[in-house]
Amino acid sequence: MQPDGLRRTPLYDRHIAAGARIVPFAGWAMPVQYEGIIPEHRAVRTAAGVFDVSHMGQLELRGPRTLEYLQWMLSNDLQRIAAGHAQYTLLLNDRGAPVDDLIAYRWADDHLLLVVNASRVDPDRDRVQAELPDGVMLTDRSAELAMLALQGPQSLELVDLPELPPFGFTESEVCGVSAIVARTGYTGEPGVELIVDNGSAGKLWDALVGAGAVPCGLGARDTLRLEVCYPLYGNDLSEQRTALEAGLGWVCPLDDKDFAGAAALREQRERGGYDRLVAFTMEERGIPRPGMAVLPAGEVTSGTMSPSLNVGIGMAYVPEDVAGTGTEITIDVRGRQLAARVARKPLYVKERV
Amino acid sequence: MTDASYPDELRYHEAHDWVRIDGDIATFGITWYAQDTLGEVVYYSPPAVGAAITKDGDYGELESTKAVSGLVAPLSGEVVEVNDGLEGSESTINDDPYGEGWLIKVRMSDPAEADALMDAASYQAFVDEL
Repeated sequence: MQPDGLRRTPLYDRHIAAGARIVPFAGWAMPVQYEGIIPEHRAVRTAAGVFDVSHMGQLELRGPRTLEYLQWMLSNDLQRIAAGHAQYTLLLNDRGAPVDDLIAYRWADDHLLLVVNASRVDPDRDRVQAELPDGVMLTDRSAELAMLALQGPQSLELVDLPELPPFGFTESEVCGVSAIVARTGYTGEPGVELIVDNGSAGKLWDALVGAGAVPCGLGARDTLRLEVCYPLYGNDLSEQRTALEAGLGWVCPLDDKDFAGAAALREQRERGGYDRLVAFTMEERGIPRPGMAVLPAGEVTSGTMSPSLNVGIGMAYVPEDVAGTGTEITIDVRGRQLAARVARKPLYVKERV
Repeated sequence: MTDASYPDELRYHEAHDWVRIDGDIATFGITWYAQDTLGEVVYYSPPAVGAAITKDGDYGELESTKAVSGLVAPLSGEVVEVNDGLEGSESTINDDPYGEGWLIKVRMSDPAEADALMDAASYQAFVDEL
């Protein structure tokens, strides 16, 4: 913790030296951009970029009943993945709304790691702790671990990495540093996320940048994830909107397993008529932003100018009858009524070569 | 691209906006420093005429080849005119930031707010520190 009340990652001094613009994010001092959002975005779409995501949290669970417990506490079905694989999943409240969205890493039946959003570490820990059975131990390792995301079509050839399938992970030496290497990311590009001890983060960062990865900030991370419609907790996800409203029914197998929050979701599915989180593109020049009104009804939760598509894009909660792909909507951009259209997710699809 | 300049007759906001006051009408734009930092402006998203804007609040956006940047209102008031001439020739904001590159005109709701803005010498000193 620093005098400004913000926590710093082990890479803070490197960000400053590289000329990054630093902003407060979830209690951390984080780089929002170095050279600029647009060139950093392009680097990840066309070559390779590296992000400091050390603000993210890591909760480790160990003990004989770990898998059984998380199979109840997390929405997605951990039996769909083998040991050595990771899975996108939700931690839901009793109303079926996400306390967080996260990645669960299945080491073994008695050992899983949860990588969670920085802003949600405390509520997540409280929620997981609340029903923790005997024989499962929860450890918050967020403070001791750093995390780097290496993303982009050239990212897997940039340095020596273990061969992994998408969502596979393993422990391995990368650039002389002991790391958990996972084929995961938040950009829609091939890449890995690397979890290392705080003390090793600088060496790994220097090696990746030295190999040609472009340092990228939270600004590009946001434009990249929004183009592929990955929801952002705090913008698109909250404890006020259920997993079904958020379009995350695909990680809530209601007919295959029971889990915390499932009862509320089954009831909502039965009842129908709920709002949906949709993606949209602007039909007129304008940049949607969170909080802007959607007409006839709804509210923008994320918005940006898409560097890949060169058009304003966003996500919004709208009533069910407005949620169909192709529906014309209007966004109130500072008093200007601009035409937009509900679009299929993801908004950006890579051309297959 | 012009050379750095900060005209004496303008007032300046720390978010790198300038204001030209004429009666109860204030014209807003961005400073030479702002356009130089942003790089070539390719898109300007103005507010609607009639919209109410608040000092230090967001009133529009500029997109350059490097970044998208919010525009911060140096004063409060009602938008009375938007520079429509910038549409399709946004780089005018780079070429003539204090002239043809003006952004909006506002009828001030609290002209005394201008007292809190910097004069050219103070702004120059402020930019030199960055």
